[in-house]
Amino acid sequence: MWAFLHRFASPPHFYRLSGRMAPWLGWACLGTMLGGLYGGLVAAPPDYQQGESYRIIFVHVPSAWMSLFIYVVMAGASAVALVWRMKLAEVVAVASAPVGASFTFLALVTGSLWGKPMWGTYWVWDARLTSELILLFLYFGVIGLHSAIEDRRTASRAAGLFAIIGVVNIPIIHFSVEWWSTLHQGPTVTKLSAPSIHLSMLVPLLLMAVAFKLFYVTVLLMRARCEVLERERNAGWVRALIAREGSE
Amino acid sequence: MLFVGMIVAGVAVAAGLVIAAMGENMLYFYSPSQIRAGEAPSGPSIRVGGLVVEGSVRRGEGLEVSFTLTDGAETVDVRYAGILPDLFREGQGIVASGVLEAGGGRLRAEEVLAKHDENYMPPEVAEAMEMARQGGKMVPPHGARQ
Repeated sequence: MWAFLHRFASPPHFYRLSGRMAPWLGWACLGTMLGGLYGGLVAAPPDYQQGESYRIIFVHVPSAWMSLFIYVVMAGASAVALVWRMKLAEVVAVASAPVGASFTFLALVTGSLWGKPMWGTYWVWDARLTSELILLFLYFGVIGLHSAIEDRRTASRAAGLFAIIGVVNIPIIHFSVEWWSTLHQGPTVTKLSAPSIHLSMLVPLLLMAVAFKLFYVTVLLMRARCEVLERERNAGWVRALIAREGSE
Repeated sequence: MLFVGMIVAGVAVAAGLVIAAMGENMLYFYSPSQIRAGEAPSGPSIRVGGLVVEGSVRRGEGLEVSFTLTDGAETVDVRYAGILPDLFREGQGIVASGVLEAGGGRLRAEEVLAKHDENYMPPEVAEAMEMARQGGKMVPPHGARQ
Protein backbone atom coordinates (compact mmCIF):
# COMPACT_ATOMS: atom_id res chain seq x y z
CA MET A 1 0.00 0.00 0.00
CA TRP A 2 2.63 2.52 1.09
CA ALA A 3 4.98 1.35 -1.62
CA PHE A 4 2.25 1.87 -4.20
CA LEU A 5 1.42 5.32 -2.83
CA HIS A 6 5.06 6.30 -2.92
CA ARG A 7 5.43 5.10 -6.46
CA PHE A 8 2.27 6.94 -7.54
CA ALA A 9 3.32 10.13 -5.82
CA SER A 10 6.78 10.14 -7.37
CA PRO A 11 6.86 13.02 -9.86
CA PRO A 12 7.81 11.04 -13.02
CA HIS A 13 5.13 8.44 -12.41
CA PHE A 14 2.53 11.08 -11.67
CA TYR A 15 3.51 12.97 -14.81
CA ARG A 16 3.07 9.87 -16.99
CA LEU A 17 -0.20 8.71 -15.42
CA SER A 18 -1.85 12.15 -15.32
CA GLY A 19 -0.96 12.72 -18.97
CA ARG A 20 -2.91 9.60 -19.85
CA MET A 21 -5.87 10.38 -17.55
CA ALA A 22 -6.46 14.07 -18.29
CA PRO A 23 -7.98 13.71 -21.80
CA TRP A 24 -10.43 11.03 -20.65
CA LEU A 25 -11.55 13.12 -17.69
CA GLY A 26 -11.90 16.13 -19.97
CA TRP A 27 -14.20 14.27 -22.35
CA ALA A 28 -16.22 12.86 -19.43
CA CYS A 29 -16.58 16.43 -18.12
CA LEU A 30 -17.80 17.68 -21.50
CA GLY A 31 -20.31 14.84 -21.75
CA THR A 32 -21.84 15.31 -18.29
CA MET A 33 -21.86 19.08 -18.68
CA LEU A 34 -23.75 18.92 -21.99
CA GLY A 35 -26.18 16.46 -20.42
CA GLY A 36 -26.61 18.62 -17.33
CA LEU A 37 -27.07 21.81 -19.33
CA TYR A 38 -29.68 20.19 -21.57
CA GLY A 39 -31.48 18.74 -18.56
CA GLY A 40 -31.36 22.02 -16.68
CA LEU A 41 -32.04 24.58 -19.40
CA VAL A 42 -34.37 22.59 -21.69
CA ALA A 43 -35.82 19.47 -20.07
CA ALA A 44 -36.44 20.70 -16.49
CA PRO A 45 -39.79 22.43 -15.85
CA PRO A 46 -39.96 26.06 -14.64
CA ASP A 47 -40.17 26.68 -10.89
CA TYR A 48 -43.57 27.29 -9.26
CA GLN A 49 -42.44 30.61 -7.76
CA GLN A 50 -39.42 31.84 -9.69
CA GLY A 51 -40.45 30.73 -13.18
CA GLU A 52 -37.54 30.47 -15.61
CA SER A 53 -35.17 32.64 -13.57
CA TYR A 54 -34.34 29.80 -11.20
CA ARG A 55 -32.36 28.03 -13.96
CA ILE A 56 -29.20 29.87 -12.93
CA ILE A 57 -29.22 27.39 -10.02
CA PHE A 58 -27.57 24.85 -12.36
CA VAL A 59 -24.43 27.00 -12.45
CA HIS A 60 -24.67 28.83 -9.13
CA VAL A 61 -25.10 25.89 -6.76
CA PRO A 62 -22.45 23.56 -8.29
CA SER A 63 -19.98 26.51 -8.31
CA ALA A 64 -20.68 27.23 -4.66
CA TRP A 65 -20.23 23.55 -3.76
CA MET A 66 -16.94 23.48 -5.70
CA SER A 67 -15.69 26.62 -3.95
CA LEU A 68 -16.03 24.82 -0.60
CA PHE A 69 -14.88 21.41 -1.89
CA ILE A 70 -11.70 22.73 -3.51
CA TYR A 71 -10.81 24.70 -0.39
CA VAL A 72 -11.08 21.54 1.73
CA VAL A 73 -8.95 19.61 -0.81
CA MET A 74 -6.38 22.43 -0.83
CA ALA A 75 -6.21 22.61 2.98
CA GLY A 76 -6.08 18.81 3.22
CA ALA A 77 -3.24 18.62 0.70
CA SER A 78 -1.44 21.41 2.56
CA ALA A 79 -1.74 19.47 5.82
CA VAL A 80 -0.36 16.31 4.16
CA ALA A 81 2.48 18.38 2.68
CA LEU A 82 3.31 19.92 6.06
CA VAL A 83 3.16 16.67 8.01
CA TRP A 84 4.74 14.17 5.60
CA ARG A 85 6.76 16.58 3.43
CA MET A 86 5.13 15.12 0.33
CA LYS A 87 6.05 17.05 -2.81
CA LEU A 88 2.99 16.05 -4.80
CA ALA A 89 0.65 17.28 -2.05
CA GLU A 90 2.31 20.70 -2.25
CA VAL A 91 1.76 20.71 -5.99
CA VAL A 92 -1.93 19.75 -5.59
CA ALA A 93 -2.47 22.56 -3.07
CA VAL A 94 -0.79 25.18 -5.25
CA ALA A 95 -2.57 24.04 -8.40
CA SER A 96 -5.99 24.02 -6.68
CA ALA A 97 -6.03 27.60 -5.42
CA PRO A 98 -6.74 29.50 -8.68
CA VAL A 99 -9.42 26.95 -9.71
CA GLY A 100 -11.13 27.33 -6.34
CA ALA A 101 -10.92 31.12 -6.52
CA SER A 102 -12.54 31.00 -9.98
CA PHE A 103 -15.44 28.88 -8.74
CA THR A 104 -15.92 31.18 -5.74
CA PHE A 105 -16.01 34.18 -8.05
CA LEU A 106 -18.49 32.40 -10.32
CA ALA A 107 -20.72 31.53 -7.34
CA LEU A 108 -20.68 35.16 -6.15
CA VAL A 109 -21.41 36.62 -9.61
CA THR A 110 -24.19 34.16 -10.51
CA GLY A 111 -25.69 34.58 -7.04
CA SER A 112 -25.65 38.34 -7.47
CA LEU A 113 -27.34 38.09 -10.89
CA TRP A 114 -29.94 35.77 -9.35
CA GLY A 115 -30.47 38.04 -6.36
CA LYS A 116 -31.45 41.12 -8.33
CA PRO A 117 -34.68 39.81 -9.91
CA MET A 118 -35.67 37.53 -7.00
CA TRP A 119 -34.63 39.32 -3.82
CA GLY A 120 -34.56 42.80 -5.30
CA THR A 121 -30.86 43.45 -4.69
CA TYR A 122 -27.48 42.43 -6.11
CA TRP A 123 -25.81 42.25 -2.75
CA VAL A 124 -26.59 42.26 0.96
CA TRP A 125 -24.17 41.85 3.85
CA ASP A 126 -25.84 38.80 5.33
CA ALA A 127 -23.83 35.99 6.92
CA ARG A 128 -23.91 33.64 3.89
CA LEU A 129 -22.86 36.18 1.29
CA THR A 130 -20.23 37.78 3.51
CA SER A 131 -18.62 34.46 4.50
CA GLU A 132 -18.48 33.40 0.84
CA LEU A 133 -16.77 36.70 -0.02
CA ILE A 134 -14.25 36.03 2.77
CA LEU A 135 -13.60 32.65 1.12
CA LEU A 136 -12.63 34.47 -2.09
CA PHE A 137 -10.20 36.64 -0.10
CA LEU A 138 -8.77 33.51 1.56
CA TYR A 139 -8.06 32.06 -1.88
CA PHE A 140 -6.43 35.36 -2.90
CA GLY A 141 -4.37 35.22 0.29
CA VAL A 142 -3.12 31.69 -0.47
CA ILE A 143 -2.28 32.61 -4.09
CA GLY A 144 -0.64 35.88 -3.08
CA LEU A 145 1.40 34.39 -0.25
CA HIS A 146 2.61 31.60 -2.51
CA SER A 147 3.76 33.92 -5.26
CA ALA A 148 5.34 36.40 -2.81
CA ILE A 149 8.00 33.91 -1.67
CA GLU A 150 10.82 33.01 -4.04
CA ASP A 151 11.67 29.49 -2.86
CA ARG A 152 8.88 27.14 -3.93
CA ARG A 153 9.02 24.82 -0.95
CA THR A 154 9.05 27.66 1.60
CA ALA A 155 6.24 29.32 -0.32
CA SER A 156 4.19 26.11 -0.22
CA ARG A 157 4.69 25.76 3.53
CA ALA A 158 3.62 29.35 4.24
CA ALA A 159 0.63 29.28 1.90
CA GLY A 160 -0.32 25.84 3.21
CA LEU A 161 -0.35 27.04 6.80
CA PHE A 162 -2.53 29.98 5.76
CA ALA A 163 -4.91 27.61 3.90
CA ILE A 164 -5.22 25.37 6.97
CA ILE A 165 -6.06 28.29 9.23
CA GLY A 166 -8.73 29.48 6.77
CA VAL A 167 -10.51 26.14 6.85
CA VAL A 168 -12.58 27.33 9.85
CA ASN A 169 -14.53 29.48 7.39
CA ILE A 170 -15.90 26.41 5.59
CA PRO A 171 -18.38 25.24 8.29
CA ILE A 172 -19.27 28.90 8.88
CA ILE A 173 -20.30 29.27 5.23
CA HIS A 174 -22.29 26.05 5.25
CA PHE A 175 -24.12 26.63 8.52
CA SER A 176 -24.47 30.43 8.24
CA VAL A 177 -28.02 30.06 6.92
CA GLU A 178 -28.97 27.92 9.92
CA TRP A 179 -27.15 29.77 12.71
CA TRP A 180 -28.25 33.26 11.78
CA SER A 181 -31.21 34.89 10.07
CA THR A 182 -30.02 35.54 6.54
CA LEU A 183 -31.59 36.74 3.30
CA HIS A 184 -30.16 33.64 1.63
CA GLN A 185 -32.45 30.63 2.08
CA GLY A 186 -31.51 27.39 3.82
CA PRO A 187 -29.91 24.33 2.17
CA THR A 188 -31.98 22.51 -0.48
CA VAL A 189 -29.85 19.43 -1.12
CA THR A 190 -26.96 19.30 1.37
CA LYS A 191 -28.94 18.40 4.49
CA LEU A 192 -29.85 15.22 6.33
CA SER A 193 -33.51 15.14 5.29
CA ALA A 194 -34.65 14.54 1.69
CA PRO A 195 -33.75 17.30 -0.82
CA SER A 196 -36.55 19.85 -1.21
CA ILE A 197 -36.18 20.04 -4.98
CA HIS A 198 -38.21 18.11 -7.53
CA LEU A 199 -36.47 15.09 -9.08
CA SER A 200 -36.71 16.60 -12.59
CA MET A 201 -34.55 19.51 -11.34
CA LEU A 202 -32.36 17.52 -8.94
CA VAL A 203 -31.01 15.18 -11.65
CA PRO A 204 -29.57 17.94 -13.90
CA LEU A 205 -28.28 19.75 -10.80
CA LEU A 206 -26.33 16.68 -9.69
CA LEU A 207 -25.14 16.09 -13.28
CA MET A 208 -23.76 19.63 -13.33
CA ALA A 209 -22.11 19.01 -9.96
CA VAL A 210 -20.39 15.90 -11.34
CA ALA A 211 -19.36 17.85 -14.47
CA PHE A 212 -17.82 20.63 -12.34
CA LYS A 213 -15.95 18.03 -10.25
CA LEU A 214 -14.56 16.42 -13.42
CA PHE A 215 -13.60 19.86 -14.71
CA TYR A 216 -11.70 20.54 -11.50
CA VAL A 217 -9.85 17.22 -11.61
CA THR A 218 -8.93 17.72 -15.29
CA VAL A 219 -7.65 21.24 -14.78
CA LEU A 220 -5.92 20.21 -11.54
CA LEU A 221 -4.01 17.43 -13.32
CA MET A 222 -2.96 19.76 -16.14
CA ARG A 223 -1.84 22.50 -13.76
CA ALA A 224 -0.07 19.98 -11.51
CA ARG A 225 1.83 18.51 -14.50
CA CYS A 226 3.09 21.96 -15.38
CA GLU A 227 4.05 22.69 -11.78
CA VAL A 228 5.85 19.32 -11.45
CA LEU A 229 7.89 20.03 -14.60
CA GLU A 230 8.89 23.47 -13.35
CA ARG A 231 9.90 22.18 -9.92
CA GLU A 232 11.82 19.19 -11.26
CA ARG A 233 13.40 21.00 -14.19
CA ASN A 234 16.90 19.96 -13.08
CA ALA A 235 15.97 16.34 -12.37
CA GLY A 236 17.25 13.57 -14.62
CA TRP A 237 13.81 12.38 -15.78
CA VAL A 238 12.78 15.85 -16.98
CA ARG A 239 16.07 16.24 -18.89
CA ALA A 240 15.52 12.82 -20.43
CA LEU A 241 11.94 13.81 -21.33
CA ILE A 242 13.07 17.02 -22.99
CA ALA A 243 15.82 15.20 -24.88
CA ARG A 244 13.32 12.61 -26.11
CA GLU A 245 10.71 15.20 -27.11
CA GLY A 246 13.37 17.26 -28.84
CA SER A 247 14.67 14.37 -30.91
CA GLU A 248 11.24 13.42 -32.19
CA MET B 1 0.96 16.50 12.69
CA LEU B 2 0.52 17.65 16.29
CA PHE B 3 1.58 21.12 15.22
CA VAL B 4 -0.99 21.27 12.40
CA GLY B 5 -3.68 19.83 14.66
CA MET B 6 -2.96 22.44 17.32
CA ILE B 7 -3.18 25.26 14.80
CA VAL B 8 -6.57 24.05 13.52
CA ALA B 9 -7.88 23.55 17.08
CA GLY B 10 -6.60 26.97 18.17
CA VAL B 11 -8.10 28.80 15.23
CA ALA B 12 -11.39 26.92 15.61
CA VAL B 13 -11.63 27.97 19.28
CA ALA B 14 -10.80 31.58 18.36
CA ALA B 15 -13.42 31.60 15.59
CA GLY B 16 -15.99 30.08 17.96
CA LEU B 17 -15.33 32.80 20.54
CA VAL B 18 -15.58 35.54 17.92
CA ILE B 19 -18.89 34.14 16.64
CA ALA B 20 -20.25 33.86 20.18
CA ALA B 21 -19.14 37.44 20.92
CA MET B 22 -20.73 38.79 17.77
CA GLY B 23 -23.98 36.97 18.56
CA GLU B 24 -26.89 39.23 17.70
CA ASN B 25 -24.80 41.42 15.41
CA MET B 26 -24.62 38.58 12.92
CA LEU B 27 -28.40 38.50 12.55
CA TYR B 28 -29.46 40.00 9.27
CA PHE B 29 -32.94 40.95 10.49
CA TYR B 30 -35.19 41.10 13.56
CA SER B 31 -38.42 39.12 13.82
CA PRO B 32 -41.73 40.86 14.68
CA SER B 33 -41.61 39.17 18.11
CA GLN B 34 -38.22 40.79 18.79
CA ILE B 35 -39.60 44.18 17.73
CA ARG B 36 -42.59 43.80 20.06
CA ALA B 37 -40.28 42.75 22.89
CA GLY B 38 -38.36 45.99 22.38
CA GLU B 39 -35.10 44.29 21.35
CA ALA B 40 -34.68 46.45 18.25
CA PRO B 41 -33.44 50.06 18.55
CA SER B 42 -35.97 52.69 17.47
CA GLY B 43 -33.46 55.31 16.31
CA PRO B 44 -31.24 53.81 13.58
CA SER B 45 -32.35 51.90 10.51
CA ILE B 46 -33.16 48.23 11.18
CA ARG B 47 -34.35 45.24 9.19
CA VAL B 48 -37.47 43.22 9.95
CA GLY B 49 -38.12 39.81 8.42
CA GLY B 50 -41.37 37.87 8.30
CA LEU B 51 -44.20 36.57 6.15
CA VAL B 52 -46.63 39.01 4.51
CA VAL B 53 -50.03 38.41 6.15
CA GLU B 54 -52.67 37.27 3.65
CA GLY B 55 -55.07 40.07 2.81
CA SER B 56 -52.98 42.76 4.52
CA VAL B 57 -51.50 44.39 1.39
CA ARG B 58 -53.08 47.79 0.71
CA ARG B 59 -51.97 49.96 -2.19
CA GLY B 60 -52.19 53.73 -1.80
CA GLU B 61 -51.37 56.56 -4.18
CA GLY B 62 -48.61 55.86 -6.67
CA LEU B 63 -46.12 53.40 -5.27
CA GLU B 64 -47.40 53.69 -1.70
CA VAL B 65 -48.07 50.30 -0.18
CA SER B 66 -48.67 49.04 3.32
CA PHE B 67 -48.73 45.49 4.61
CA THR B 68 -48.30 43.47 7.79
CA LEU B 69 -45.40 41.12 8.56
CA THR B 70 -45.80 38.16 10.90
CA ASP B 71 -43.55 35.48 12.37
CA GLY B 72 -46.52 33.41 13.52
CA ALA B 73 -46.62 34.98 16.98
CA GLU B 74 -46.45 38.77 16.56
CA THR B 75 -47.03 41.23 13.71
CA VAL B 76 -45.46 44.49 12.54
CA ASP B 77 -47.08 46.97 10.13
CA VAL B 78 -44.88 48.20 7.30
CA ARG B 79 -45.36 51.28 5.10
CA TYR B 80 -43.28 51.54 1.95
CA ALA B 81 -43.10 53.71 -1.17
CA GLY B 82 -41.09 52.12 -3.96
CA ILE B 83 -40.76 49.23 -6.34
CA LEU B 84 -41.41 45.83 -4.85
CA PRO B 85 -39.38 42.77 -5.97
CA ASP B 86 -40.98 40.22 -8.31
CA LEU B 87 -41.40 37.66 -5.57
CA PHE B 88 -43.37 40.03 -3.31
CA ARG B 89 -46.78 38.50 -2.66
CA GLU B 90 -49.03 37.61 0.24
CA GLY B 91 -47.67 34.71 2.28
CA GLN B 92 -44.12 35.40 1.01
CA GLY B 93 -41.09 35.90 3.22
CA ILE B 94 -39.92 39.53 3.15
CA VAL B 95 -37.09 41.55 4.68
CA ALA B 96 -37.96 45.24 5.05
CA SER B 97 -35.36 47.77 6.18
CA GLY B 98 -36.23 51.16 7.60
CA VAL B 99 -36.86 53.12 10.76
CA LEU B 100 -39.35 52.22 13.47
CA GLU B 101 -41.90 55.00 13.94
CA ALA B 102 -42.30 56.48 17.41
CA GLY B 103 -44.35 54.20 19.63
CA GLY B 104 -43.02 51.16 17.80
CA GLY B 105 -45.00 48.58 15.95
CA ARG B 106 -44.84 50.35 12.60
CA LEU B 107 -41.88 50.37 10.23
CA ARG B 108 -41.29 53.11 7.69
CA ALA B 109 -39.43 51.03 5.09
CA GLU B 110 -36.82 52.35 2.66
CA GLU B 111 -36.15 49.00 1.05
CA VAL B 112 -38.13 45.78 0.69
CA LEU B 113 -36.36 42.55 -0.27
CA ALA B 114 -38.04 39.21 -0.99
CA LYS B 115 -36.77 36.08 0.67
CA HIS B 116 -37.60 32.79 -1.01
CA ASP B 117 -37.54 29.33 0.52
CA GLU B 118 -35.36 26.38 -0.40
CA ASN B 119 -38.12 24.51 -2.28
CA TYR B 120 -37.97 24.10 -6.04
CA MET B 121 -40.73 22.30 -7.95
CA PRO B 122 -42.74 22.52 -11.18
CA PRO B 123 -45.96 24.62 -11.02
CA GLU B 124 -48.11 21.50 -11.53
CA VAL B 125 -46.61 19.85 -8.45
CA ALA B 126 -47.18 23.00 -6.39
CA GLU B 127 -50.81 23.09 -7.59
CA ALA B 128 -51.31 19.42 -6.76
CA MET B 129 -49.86 19.99 -3.28
CA GLU B 130 -52.13 22.99 -2.77
CA MET B 131 -55.15 20.93 -3.85
CA ALA B 132 -54.19 18.12 -1.48
CA ARG B 133 -53.70 20.65 1.31
CA GLN B 134 -57.11 22.24 0.82
CA GLY B 135 -58.83 18.87 0.31
CA GLY B 136 -57.28 17.22 3.34
CA LYS B 137 -58.93 17.75 6.69
CA MET B 138 -55.75 17.35 8.71
CA VAL B 139 -54.20 20.64 7.66
CA PRO B 140 -56.00 23.91 8.47
CA PRO B 141 -56.17 26.58 5.74
CA HIS B 142 -53.25 29.00 5.48
CA GLY B 143 -53.20 31.63 8.18
CA ALA B 144 -55.77 29.87 10.36
CA ARG B 145 -53.42 29.78 13.32
CA GLN B 146 -53.16 33.54 13.64
